[in-house]
Amino acid sequence: MHVAEHGSVMNVTVQRGSADTPTRTETFDVPAYDNQTVLDVVSWIQQNADPTLTYRFACRVGMCGSCAMMVNGVPRWTCRTHVSKVLDGNKINIAPLRNLPVIKDLAADMDPFFDKWVAAEGKHHPTRTREEEIAPVDPQAEERQAASAGIECINCSICYSACDTVTGNPDYLGPAALQRAWTLYNDAKDADRDAILDAVSGKGGCHNCHSMGSCTAYCPNELDPLSAIAGLKRATTRRFFGRRG
Amino acid sequence: MLDMRLYMAQRLSALVMAPFVIVHIGVMIYAIQGGLTAAEILGRTQGSLFWFLFYGIFVVAVSIHAAIGLRVILFEWAGLKGVALSVISWGIGLVLFAMGANAVWAVTA
Ligand code: FES
Repeated sequence: MHVAEHGSVMNVTVQRGSADTPTRTETFDVPAYDNQTVLDVVSWIQQNADPTLTYRFACRVGMCGSCAMMVNGVPRWTCRTHVSKVLDGNKINIAPLRNLPVIKDLAADMDPFFDKWVAAEGKHHPTRTREEEIAPVDPQAEERQAASAGIECINCSICYSACDTVTGNPDYLGPAALQRAWTLYNDAKDADRDAILDAVSGKGGCHNCHSMGSCTAYCPNELDPLSAIAGLKRATTRRFFGRRG
Repeated sequence: MLDMRLYMAQRLSALVMAPFVIVHIGVMIYAIQGGLTAAEILGRTQGSLFWFLFYGIFVVAVSIHAAIGLRVILFEWAGLKGVALSVISWGIGLVLFAMGANAVWAVTA
């Protein structure tokens, strides 16, 4: 790697601390390279400046969803975010994901996020037993297309961190869990649509969404949880008027 | 916070309010052409079952709609919860209804 011609050092501010210690920020000078992701920057600090820095990643190619952090106040997948895209002068500010508890430093506690997947009935309700033949799925069917539009979610929690409704309402299931419910609702192989609609109609359900759309704006995979939630609102309303859910 | 029941109550009250708002504003603009006095207004509204029902239903819809909307704001922005949230939301709805009903009665009775 070559040191970039323009300014060779970046000024990186990182949030430190855990649930038990008050959070503080620390600033590091990190060498700038031509090709560098935000995750590279965090790794450089941990490997060269402070080995106690805690953060999380696995795949480094945008598949596992474990590396999301707040970068200059915006939730991003750090392994796929090029430094040149976010550099503010020669500064970057990195913090753990918003709307989640902090385990330590840059590692957010994902438990509430995944608990809500379960609470939104984000699990498969089979139509057949393992003894029966596998039901064919028509990829062209309208419902299948609605489901397919949402299944590439990598559970990174960026939408959950971007959502101001989650901030104001900790019970709210959030965009990822609701989008998951919507994909199952549209799945021809799911046998319990009523259970899904019940799960998204409670106090923290889809009806709390204010349609602000940060989920769709920030999703790194360009999914559209906002429309999925609107779909759930329509489906629950149809059921309210006695039409098929 | 906003479950299915409250959501439907707020959306349905909005549905009711939409035509009422249009008629309310439309009639006002139409009626003031060439000047209007309080006596003329009362002459049309007093004893009118139509205007009693029109503004009566309007007031009910407004009370429901505004109370639920403010309930969300009180919860998300002011952090009110539980009994306090319910009591204040119901209070807002009832005060709006009492004020509106009082006004409707005053001009249509
Ligand atoms: S490390 Fe897997 S998505 Fe970034």
